[in-house]
Amino acid sequence: MPDQAQLLPGTLDLLILKAVSLGPLHGYGVLLRIAQITGQALLIEQGALYPALFRLVRQGLLKAEWGTSENNRRAKFYELTAAGRKRFSEETESWNRLSTAMTAALAAQVEEV
Amino acid sequence: MRMPGGLGSLFSRLFRRSAVVDDMAEELRSHIEHRADDLQRSGLDRPTAERRARLEFGAREKYAEESLEALGGNFVDTLLRDVRLAVRVLKKSPGFLIAAVFTLALGIGANAVVFGIMDGIVLRPLNVPDAKNLWGTVYGDDAGFQSYPNYVDLRDRNHSFEDLAAFNFVFAGLDTGKDPAMATGFAVTGNYFDVLRLQPFLGRFFHASDEHGPNSAPFVVLTHAYWRTRFHQDPGVVGRVVAINKHPFTIIGVAPAEFRGTLKFLSPEFFVPIVNQDQLGAWGTLTDRGTTHSIFEAFGHLKHGVTTAQATNDVNAIGDYLARTYPKEATRRNYRLARCGLSAFGTAVYAFVAALMVLAGLILLAACANLGGLFAAHAADRSREVAMRLALGSSRERIVRQLLTEALLISLCGGALGVMGSMALLRRLDTWSPFPGTPIHIPVNTDATIYGIALVLAIVSGLLFGIVPVRQILRANPYEVVKAGPGARLGRRVTVRDVLLVVQIALCAVLVTSSMVALRGLERSLHSDYGFDPRNTMLLGADLNTAAYRSNEILPTQKRLMEAMESIPGVERVGLVNNYPPLVYASASRENVYKDETRDYTQSSVAIMPFRYDVSPGYFDAASTALLAGRDFAWSDTGNMPPVAIVNRSFAQTIFGSVSNAIGHFVRMKDGHRVQVVGVVSDGKYLALNEDHQPALFLPSLQSPMASAYVVVRSHRDPVELASAMRDKLRKVDPGLPGDIQSWNSLLQVALFPSQMATASLGILGIMGAILSITGIFGMAAYSVSKRMREIGIRMALGAKRTEVLKTALGRAVRLLSLGSAAGLVLGILASRMLAYIVYQASSRDPLVLGAVVLSMTLLGLLATWIPAQRALAINPLILLREE
Repeated sequence: MPDQAQLLPGTLDLLILKAVSLGPLHGYGVLLRIAQITGQALLIEQGALYPALFRLVRQGLLKAEWGTSENNRRAKFYELTAAGRKRFSEETESWNRLSTAMTAALAAQVEEV
Repeated sequence: MRMPGGLGSLFSRLFRRSAVVDDMAEELRSHIEHRADDLQRSGLDRPTAERRARLEFGAREKYAEESLEALGGNFVDTLLRDVRLAVRVLKKSPGFLIAAVFTLALGIGANAVVFGIMDGIVLRPLNVPDAKNLWGTVYGDDAGFQSYPNYVDLRDRNHSFEDLAAFNFVFAGLDTGKDPAMATGFAVTGNYFDVLRLQPFLGRFFHASDEHGPNSAPFVVLTHAYWRTRFHQDPGVVGRVVAINKHPFTIIGVAPAEFRGTLKFLSPEFFVPIVNQDQLGAWGTLTDRGTTHSIFEAFGHLKHGVTTAQATNDVNAIGDYLARTYPKEATRRNYRLARCGLSAFGTAVYAFVAALMVLAGLILLAACANLGGLFAAHAADRSREVAMRLALGSSRERIVRQLLTEALLISLCGGALGVMGSMALLRRLDTWSPFPGTPIHIPVNTDATIYGIALVLAIVSGLLFGIVPVRQILRANPYEVVKAGPGARLGRRVTVRDVLLVVQIALCAVLVTSSMVALRGLERSLHSDYGFDPRNTMLLGADLNTAAYRSNEILPTQKRLMEAMESIPGVERVGLVNNYPPLVYASASRENVYKDETRDYTQSSVAIMPFRYDVSPGYFDAASTALLAGRDFAWSDTGNMPPVAIVNRSFAQTIFGSVSNAIGHFVRMKDGHRVQVVGVVSDGKYLALNEDHQPALFLPSLQSPMASAYVVVRSHRDPVELASAMRDKLRKVDPGLPGDIQSWNSLLQVALFPSQMATASLGILGIMGAILSITGIFGMAAYSVSKRMREIGIRMALGAKRTEVLKTALGRAVRLLSLGSAAGLVLGILASRMLAYIVYQASSRDPLVLGAVVLSMTLLGLLATWIPAQRALAINPLILLREE
């Protein structure tokens, strides 16, 4: 996949929250979902997902439960907690503000200055 | 925080932890399987799919670790993980583990013991209020002895002390009505307890106001320990009357438990007012200014703002005054101030303890050098493993933490082992009484602080030397090490390890040399010429004061005692000496003697100050002292006859020029009366084993009777049998007279004690040094063999001879050993000069000692390289080369 972008620091958490907000997922499922919703444009090493997942669990934003996957294998499913939902909307909002600002800034032309 | 809850949560954390790890492992496995499922669906076969899935996942160990940390891997979790890994790693190399723990235990244990001794003897002041400001006055070098009138002048004329108290020893029979027994007491001035600012545990203390002249205060204060053992803690003891040397004394109080008298080495059992000391047969009388026996030490608190230098000048000014005012009695000697508790022994004790401290420090240094070498070798052994872990993504910080955890574990084990050993030893020392029947003991500190300090010392030294290899590991380029194998970095240059080993062996050689020198010194002093023969000789000490004999009964009773002893079958010769025989209880006294032509009997015209002994006829025979010229005393040399004396060779040569010149000539005693020399005996040792030839003067005990005397009984009979026969005879002479029956040799132990202690301590430290050098050389040799296995294998395959193999494998170890030993031997010889202060006849130039040191270092080297050498010789090149 030649045009994959490096993940910005701090964005993985937000991506995980987004992925899980669409419905409970196991770890591998989170990766697939992120690949799907980003159009496979981001490069994430598979193992790197887990420290982030556990960090979010520890912060009380996600909760995890063992279940059975679509492949009929045991897997741990993650979903948002109430705190997670709240944080997700806050982060989304702040990301939108940042990205709007960044986009506007980068799009600025000479005559607008 | 509620403790149970806190503890509970900690425990549940600890136990839950492995569940968390398992859970996570399963989750990661599940991830890889799901990925493999997908890959399989895209057309790969299952094994390929799984391999690809694992590869795509990345460094699993690293992510697992990061995940654990993300999960709140707190300090305890991390520590436990590190500890478990460390235990696993250490279990794999038990040789390293044992060597390191043992080395550290030795170093720490030795230091804890020496520190316990130092703290008890030197650092810790007496257990009384404001002890730091309590100073004793030491008069000359003679262990502080002086006269009571001098003390009174010192007390009343000084401007430096708040008040000055004093004490002397009393050895007396104490009879509670049932069982007379000898007891050791202090005769103390009335203000003694007030100067010490002590309060009684029971009853009251006596005070200066209780003193109204000689024998006016028949009171006794018991120490807490004596009250416990002799009076069974009877609270009704106050007010009871006991007989001390048959004189009635009223028990007025019991001292507090933590007060064990004002001398650290000797705990008294009771205190009596010094004004009554004449009753108790103490040596010097209170009114005699010329005696040096009525005060042992005077001490007090310095006044506020007075420095020790000012006080010393003050006290010396009084000394000058006394010498001017009483030229006949008072000798001008320098006063010093010394910390109360050790008195004039302080200097020698400090020197001894300092020497011990230095040697223990050397042990620790050697142990640390050894430890550094061990850790470095261990780290080199693991360089491949560490490189592998680095390559697999483990962080350097993680690896350093791991190494430090291992070092910490070893320090803790070694420290704990050392502390346990030292605890056992210090406890033994604390209750040990080196001379049974005497209240002499060694003050040591067995506090927890000592062990705490020891443990901290262990951890610090462990960590410090655990860090040695860290640099070496972190510098390593993982790919090089993994590619080339552990043997590749074997260099020929001098490494830290080599230096450490040489230093360590040198230190150990110093210790071995010192102990050999001390041992040889002790051996010589045991076989030196005492001027008498202590073998096959029993002594019977009887103090007629304890049974209240009148002075005119003394000589007949002593004669009866001697005759009774002579009548025992198998007894060859019997003699008697007043006070103590030579070398017993370090108690010799000196006498001022003038030349015959002298008419001015002041201190400045004293011709000679010999040791004085009052002996009976037959004493020299019984003691096996050779009579060089003239005659022995006869039973006719009584008080009515002209005074006569026997002198030793040194005396004769100093005063009369030669042995033969002395016979028939006269000397004058301190009151001017003439004494004729009738015989000359050989020189001997009187006060201490390490004294040079000292003059001695023997006078007939018949002309100066004294109640306290020892009967010398020479016999080849079994000592136990003889002692019981002597006790029977003593009872027939007087059933109420306590007697001290011991062999002369066993009483000599006191005189031998300092050098025996020194030799024992040095011997133990020497053995420790030897053990350390064995482990050090062994570690080095074993390491060098294991590193060069492959090289040796190739050489053997190419036809190398056994000697060449050994040279390859052990040449370096042997070279380092020789270098270290040589350096240590030279240093040891230099250090041994200091030993001469403690150990009699310690000479480092003794060829026997040098030979013994070289021999023992060679043997140690052989012993330590034996196993590695066997291993090198047993290498099978075929198997080895196939394995690598």
